[in-house]
Amino acid sequence: MAFYRSQVLICGGTGCTSSDSMKILEKFKEEVKKQNIENEIEIVRTGCFGLCELGPVVIVYPEGAFYSRVKVEDVEEIVAEHLVKGRPVTRLLYTETIDEGRIKSLNETGFYKKQERIALRNCGVIDPENIDEYIAFDGYKALAKVLTTMTPEQVIEEVKKSGLRGRGGGGFPTGLKWELTAKSKADQKYVVCNADEGDPGAFMDRSILEGDPHSVLEAMAIAGYAIGANQGYIYVRAEYPIAVQRLKVAIKQAREYGLLGKNIFGTDFSFDIEIRLGAGAFVCGEETALMNSIEGRRGMPNPKPPFPAQSGLWGKPTLINNVETYANIPPIIVRGGEWFASKGTEKSKGTKVFALGGKITNTGLVEVPMGITLREVIYEIGGGIPNGKKFKAVQTGGPSGGCLTAEHLDTPIEYDTLTALGSMMGSGGMIVMDEDTCMVDVARFYLDFTRDESCGKCTPCRIGTKRMLEILDRIVEGKGTLEDLDKLEELGKQIKAASLCGLGQTAPNPVLSTLKHFRDEYVAHVVDKKCPAGVCQALLQYTIIEEKCKGCSLCARQCPVNAISGQVKSPFKIDQDKCIKCGACIDKCPFKAIVKK
Amino acid sequence: MKTLQELEEIRKRTLDRVNQRKDRTTTRIVVGMATCGIAAGARPVLLAIMEEIEKLGLTDVVVAQTGCIGLCKMEPIVEVIKPGEEKVTYVKMDAEKARRIVREHVKDGKVVEEYTMHVIQGKILNDYKVEKE
Repeated sequence: MAFYRSQVLICGGTGCTSSDSMKILEKFKEEVKKQNIENEIEIVRTGCFGLCELGPVVIVYPEGAFYSRVKVEDVEEIVAEHLVKGRPVTRLLYTETIDEGRIKSLNETGFYKKQERIALRNCGVIDPENIDEYIAFDGYKALAKVLTTMTPEQVIEEVKKSGLRGRGGGGFPTGLKWELTAKSKADQKYVVCNADEGDPGAFMDRSILEGDPHSVLEAMAIAGYAIGANQGYIYVRAEYPIAVQRLKVAIKQAREYGLLGKNIFGTDFSFDIEIRLGAGAFVCGEETALMNSIEGRRGMPNPKPPFPAQSGLWGKPTLINNVETYANIPPIIVRGGEWFASKGTEKSKGTKVFALGGKITNTGLVEVPMGITLREVIYEIGGGIPNGKKFKAVQTGGPSGGCLTAEHLDTPIEYDTLTALGSMMGSGGMIVMDEDTCMVDVARFYLDFTRDESCGKCTPCRIGTKRMLEILDRIVEGKGTLEDLDKLEELGKQIKAASLCGLGQTAPNPVLSTLKHFRDEYVAHVVDKKCPAGVCQALLQYTIIEEKCKGCSLCARQCPVNAISGQVKSPFKIDQDKCIKCGACIDKCPFKAIVKK
Repeated sequence: MKTLQELEEIRKRTLDRVNQRKDRTTTRIVVGMATCGIAAGARPVLLAIMEEIEKLGLTDVVVAQTGCIGLCKMEPIVEVIKPGEEKVTYVKMDAEKARRIVREHVKDGKVVEEYTMHVIQGKILNDYKVEKE
């Protein structure tokens, strides 16, 4: 029986899979069978729903009941109560969807209400390993339209009209890139998909590949038609095993349907796609390094020009776009460039996917129209800062970006406004920090990352980031001077100016932007030798408050280095020279008499 | 190799199956499936409804279950809710009656009066028959 009265959608994204959603899926199959309703209920594995914080996530249609943090043990109850008797298990529903006993649609909740899903349109809706479901939601319609009714020039014109800009970080106008590559004359051209998502905290590309792989394949074929290429490569990191697996399945299905291969839709156009696995080097997200890696060479960047549009893979003109950019293409073709351009702001059209992380209630993936404010994203969609803490800053753009502070909360999110503030859109990672975060430590974290990931080809990046990191290490250890802050700024500017590729050109940004917005914190580290947020271990002191100490000696017995001494029943003392700041005493004290400052 | 027509066929065919995941104005058929309903035979009714929908190739129909609505002696109860129309409640259903409802009401839009619940002067009359003039 092909008509199912109910469908159970289980998230098969990386986040939910790592919390056992596949075991939940098996259990659902088992229970449904036990209740003898397996012919009425369809169980579907989908891509990421976006609300990863609440994973593993299960949605039951037609009601749209949203079950969060489901455990294998809960499945029996959901099947017996909801699927057999039609009574949703309220206890497991996402609390925001319960409204005076009535189950609200998921789209009415704060997390989804302000979202507008274009790139993520199918994620969490379709089974990514079933091409028919993609086709049901207008999949491959754009490719059909392009091949049978449009010229390559018209396709490029439509993309230009949409105002779409590269979603991988740079923000280069996509239509212009297509046009430049189309104009290059050559016997062979290539289309490349950059799926080497490397920013810590960003996972939108992975989610799209896992939840809607066909949208990327379709867009690459459209791009191939527009620029005159017959071969595409997807460069994806091997650390994304689920994404790679689903891409493989998708490519196989598309080939079987003749949507990839020779003479697509009976036209002269042929196009095929292959996967190339990356080893996970951050620099390989840089397009020239990426292409070197595809060719089998070391993943190191080349100077530009020549740009890939003139000389890319194997010296041939190559169009290279990011996953999210491609995912926007099919809707633009089907609904028109003007439709897309009507969303967003004047210079940043459409929507953008952000990965919310850090100190925020709703960790996950959101897609919002450009021009929305940081406040709306963090407070209305993200649910604010947990545990009643105060918002301090948000880091956008990953290791290439910078920090924005509370005074920027009402800034509309656009490519140009973020750049003007010393940060950048980047790939869309958004890491929220609260009052307990030390900005010097954050800057150090990112610099440690870029120093580690620097490929070493050019000196400013290879040695410059190392020297900057050494200065930051000094500062967090309380050995920094005010002069060091000036040195950091000077060095940062030189690295930006002299580095070969985007990695080095942006690596100092986290340091420079925190120096700009949180200079007082740096000063506290170097002058007062204090870490205001209480993070930097070397600058902390553990002390016993005399009035509170009852002299029970518990702390002294706990201390691994015998730094605490005193007479029983009178206040104890910590010898600061001996203390290694392990914090063991603070956990043990029953009177909360020990503080770290 | 797929042609445009084949693509459209796949789209239509699959959409029937997945369309409940999108917001649509669909007809809802709700079957009371609490303990009372199941004991009175709601399961064969539910299965019959689904079979009939499949047989008639109806799209844009959602079959949902609900709990006990408090009228246990009238179970199995089936409600049909069409967009923009008042809800129609059918009582004391069996598989054959349910098939008729799908055919005549859901498909052709004609309410099967003789199976509906009737309230006369505040009392529910379950064996009430419509007198045809």
